Amino acid sequence: MLQQIEGSAAVARAVAMCRPEVIAAYPITPQTHIVEGLGEMVKRGDVGRCEFLNVESEFGAMSTCIGASAAGARTYTATSSQGMLFMMEAVYNASGLGLPIVMTVGNRAIGPPINIWNDWSDSMSARDAAWIQLFVEDNQQAADVHIQAFRIAETVSLPVMVCMDGFILTHAYTRVDVPEPQQVDRFLPPFRPRQVLDPDAPVTMGAMVGPEAFAEVRFLAHYKQLEALDVIPEQAAEFQRVFGRDSGGLLKSFDAEGAKIVVVTMGSVIGTMKSVLADMRAAGTSIGAVSIRSYRPFPRDALRAALAGAERVIVFEKCLAVGIGGILAGDVRMALSDLPVRVHSVIGGLGGRPITRENLRRMFEKGANDELEEPHFHDINMDVVRRELERLKNVHRPGPSAESILRDVGLVTGTRSI
Amino acid sequence: MFQVRIHGRGSQGVVTAAEMLSIAAFAEHKHAQAIPSFGSERMGAPVVSYVRIDDQAIELTEPVMAPDLLIIQDPTLFHSVDVFSGLAADGFVLINSARSVAELQIQEIADRLPVHHVVPVAATELAMYHLGRPTPNTVLLGALTALTDVIQLESVIKAIEDKFSGEVAQRNIAAARAAHDAARAA
Repeated sequence: MLQQIEGSAAVARAVAMCRPEVIAAYPITPQTHIVEGLGEMVKRGDVGRCEFLNVESEFGAMSTCIGASAAGARTYTATSSQGMLFMMEAVYNASGLGLPIVMTVGNRAIGPPINIWNDWSDSMSARDAAWIQLFVEDNQQAADVHIQAFRIAETVSLPVMVCMDGFILTHAYTRVDVPEPQQVDRFLPPFRPRQVLDPDAPVTMGAMVGPEAFAEVRFLAHYKQLEALDVIPEQAAEFQRVFGRDSGGLLKSFDAEGAKIVVVTMGSVIGTMKSVLADMRAAGTSIGAVSIRSYRPFPRDALRAALAGAERVIVFEKCLAVGIGGILAGDVRMALSDLPVRVHSVIGGLGGRPITRENLRRMFEKGANDELEEPHFHDINMDVVRRELERLKNVHRPGPSAESILRDVGLVTGTRSI
Repeated sequence: MFQVRIHGRGSQGVVTAAEMLSIAAFAEHKHAQAIPSFGSERMGAPVVSYVRIDDQAIELTEPVMAPDLLIIQDPTLFHSVDVFSGLAADGFVLINSARSVAELQIQEIADRLPVHHVVPVAATELAMYHLGRPTPNTVLLGALTALTDVIQLESVIKAIEDKFSGEVAQRNIAAARAAHDAARAA
């Protein structure tokens, strides 16, 4: 049913219809509204036989999910930012044990400096944790992809993160066709776990493995992820059959076929990009875009096909590998390494910096004119950076840069005692 | 596309106002998007929210840079925030104030816009009278339906009924109707 609804509420409704049996969560902005919504629904008895656990931390949340999933329960949690960091050891355990937990990541920057706004640093911190990571473009996809996520997770027996931009999606009120429970029931069969903790048939989950077999176990993790490259498009097609709408598979192309310049990105920013790219195409620039939905596993072959004919690729991402540049750009380069394609790394939108049509257009035009330095920091004020570098050089005991820059840009006033 | 930017302070319901305006637009079968721009979420801190209303699906997620309508829930923000930034040449300004345009010292802004496009409404006073608390957001949504045809008063009432229930809803509806009449008379 069409509703004007907050993104978090739409996700909570979709997750509830998947009939999770255990939800363990700890609040952190900007994902909190999702688990609050689910908590209310569980309390009202709208989620069937579901136990909602208010745990003491994110580490507790993921650990509880691991136990519940290992005991054969369909299991869900959500987190953001430092919450992801705090649960990280358990995040690796969930995938290593092959437990099909679904987790929403309300994407938010990682501090310090502390910042509650959107970028992808939290999801990226877990990019090598062997979870499937699906990035969504809008709140319709956010709702739909959670339903797909449970089925994908349980088909390949791997945990899935659904990554949605914090605030931009989690807190946005938009029109969403909220799925009907009967449709969800038709699409998502009951959970049949591949492994269950059972005192009558004991197994060791998480056995210690030495040098003689560790590489083979890790190879299998890689192999299982690659299997998901087939499963994800199959589920997407099946989802479309049941729900009557396309909510994306491995990636989505926006006039990329035959375009000389192709922008590659993920998440919600494609919405603002589309109108800029349409204007540039109308003005005669051969430019399109590819939005990657499945970041892990990385859709190498699908991306190569989508970029066939591109001479120049501009990878735009809301995250930074300090000391080298773009993270997604590195993956794209690896996928295209034997092809004669120029790949630019552009880093923008960090910590919620607004990404606008105007600043995107300027950056795309720079790219078209071969004027992007490597890596390119989008919409950054280099005057502020230069003044701070100068200060660090000249002031005895210069103190923290974050505070100094806040003074420079006028957000904090007053003098500092030295 | 009709774009709205709402300025106010934390606890004035700036974010809820944007959400309700989007629900009102949805009630008219329009596409709408409400996005908050949370600052440090303290009571009294400047807060901004954005609404877009269109006949087709809205994909833009950038902040509203060129609003067709500005709602200013606290005129003391004139001193600290460039609230009029990017205002469309034929845009509307709805201000929560019992004072006149001249008293608010924004005659220069009013002169740049068509006549009667800058409208002060004593929303806090109306809220105190009808709701017993100084929350001007639903009051101002009622007032905006007197300024433009983009959203009808009945749709704002539907949005209020969607967000609130019982006596709280009834009081907010009475406040919105009173603000509509006050803005029409202004």
